[in-house]
Amino acid sequence: MYTYSEFDRDFLATRNAQFRAQVERRIAGNLTEEEFRPLRLMNGLYLQLHAYMLRVAIPYGTLRSAQMRQLALIADKWDKGYGHFTTRQNIQYNWPRLRDVPDILDALAEVGMHAIQTSGNCVRNVTADHFAGAAADEIADPRPVAELLRQWSTDHPEFQFLPRKFKIAITGSPNDRAVTRAHDIGLRMVLQDGQRGFEVIVGGGLGRTPVIGKVLAEFIPEADLLPYIEAILSTYNSFGRRDNKYKARIKIMVNELGLEEVRARVQRRFETLRAEWQGADQAILADLRRDFAPPAFRVAPTEAYEIAYKNDPVFRSFADTNLAQHWQEGYTIVTISLKAHGATPGDATSDQMRLMADLAERYGHDELRISHEQNVILPHVHKSDLPALHAALQQAGLATANVGLISDIIACPGMDYCALATARSIPVAQEIATAFEAREQDIGGLKIKISGCINACGHHHVGHIGILGLDRAGVENYQITLGGDATETAALGERAGPGFAYDQIVPAIERVIDAYLDLREDPQEEFIQTFQRLGAQPFKDALYLTGDRADAA
Amino acid sequence: MSTRFTTSVVTANDLFEGDVVYLTPQGGWSRIHAEAELFTDQAAAEAALDAANAQPDRLVGAYLAPARSGPDGPEPAHFREEFRARGPSNYLHGKQAERMC
Repeated sequence: MYTYSEFDRDFLATRNAQFRAQVERRIAGNLTEEEFRPLRLMNGLYLQLHAYMLRVAIPYGTLRSAQMRQLALIADKWDKGYGHFTTRQNIQYNWPRLRDVPDILDALAEVGMHAIQTSGNCVRNVTADHFAGAAADEIADPRPVAELLRQWSTDHPEFQFLPRKFKIAITGSPNDRAVTRAHDIGLRMVLQDGQRGFEVIVGGGLGRTPVIGKVLAEFIPEADLLPYIEAILSTYNSFGRRDNKYKARIKIMVNELGLEEVRARVQRRFETLRAEWQGADQAILADLRRDFAPPAFRVAPTEAYEIAYKNDPVFRSFADTNLAQHWQEGYTIVTISLKAHGATPGDATSDQMRLMADLAERYGHDELRISHEQNVILPHVHKSDLPALHAALQQAGLATANVGLISDIIACPGMDYCALATARSIPVAQEIATAFEAREQDIGGLKIKISGCINACGHHHVGHIGILGLDRAGVENYQITLGGDATETAALGERAGPGFAYDQIVPAIERVIDAYLDLREDPQEEFIQTFQRLGAQPFKDALYLTGDRADAA
Repeated sequence: MSTRFTTSVVTANDLFEGDVVYLTPQGGWSRIHAEAELFTDQAAAEAALDAANAQPDRLVGAYLAPARSGPDGPEPAHFREEFRARGPSNYLHGKQAERMC
């Protein structure tokens, strides 16, 4: 993993000292809120419904155990003993006091972390496949490139005042776990004649105008990637709209100019920029590859795993849902669900954070990941350690065997915290998870994603079942979308019809699920496959008690 | 576009804590919605909002929030304001917890 250099540490110390002085000037009345607001946002500090909220970047979702322990310490010392992991692989603290934030930032800097560019019209935290460096299906670990992008974009003088925020996601695998098609730029590593490069996707995004990203370049060699991305940003900075906040994202520019014209403009800019890059990025990238070298894997027997799998049904259930295939024989990827039934999706207490840090240190080569699906991953666990790991997770309420199932719900904070929200998300997620707990193994793989407003932090457009909370005439109302897909076959869900009241949304989801269970060809056919086979109509009929389902009314 | 005035309280977030505060009839700021002054007159409400905006050293983002009269004082008239007055629904945090102390 990357370790901060002297340059990084000095930069952070300077920024933190600046912000400390800005907070003092705000408190002393020497800065108005209008003056202070952009300064605090540049440092990740929002003012939400009940309190300030500090959003801390977890670059490409990767943490060391010491960093996770520091996040726990911050939760205890300056917040309410927990943190909320987000769909952008960040962590948010919901209750900091203004005076404490400079101390929190200093505490983060001690472990090489910060909250810079987690807000504002700049390049945000670069997100990545949470299985990066571990997944069996991966071409190569994309995180050296992600770290290069982080270094390049952090405090980049040209890109601090873009028309709007800018999100980049990267994956090294053909199976897209990073939702690359719903980002301003999505990068998918590909091989061409043995050479490594990236498919560059542009103009994806969710929010009020959901768009699946389009392929701007099928193959950009790795050595050209940074100048090419700079050319995209530069083109967007010049031609992206600034007259209307809601039309300022790059997806609107792509739609208005057309993909061909954007490609031509980017290419012209690239040709100028390419010549200016003297290869410094490639030298840095070579160093970064060493930083992200795989850990020293051990060769050991895996009987302990096999015996536990055979004899312990609870362990077997955990292994069947929460493990993913590692490229190294004998190893596995463990997803720790932060979706215990009835719990808040993505929340971890400080005790849970410390335990996960300890387990990462003991069993996981000191690495943790945060997924956009709001879970924590131990990417490198030897199978022989799984029984002990599972037992330790059980003690802390962290062994829920539901990864990829109906209760593994993405949910934004919604109106329980967020100043932008139009309805609550969290209690809807809690109630759905609880309602389906007994039969979720039978229901099988299913992605429910919930957003509390049209900004779509909960990715509802790409949920197999998406739920969008709105304010309809002063009452919470929930729209359902069906058939969305967040993977390499990304698709936007289709709006089913009129929304449902708060107390009707869980029964509505139950009708959709019951219809699926009736309609599937066999238990192996997952919800999305049944949907793709039959289309939306039978599910709409179930929701609105129309068609064949009218008799049920 | 003019919108019809609804009875309102003046609310904001506290600069230091970030939590929700309400303007009281005495001209102070309370953490409790029921202690707020309920404005039934648009001109008086807007004058009070102007006065609140003139206190940037302790408040952020003052606005008029719809409210109605209740047995114990003004009550929020929109669900967003109910959450602001109470706290989140997933934990006993915020004002609902403070009230139990």
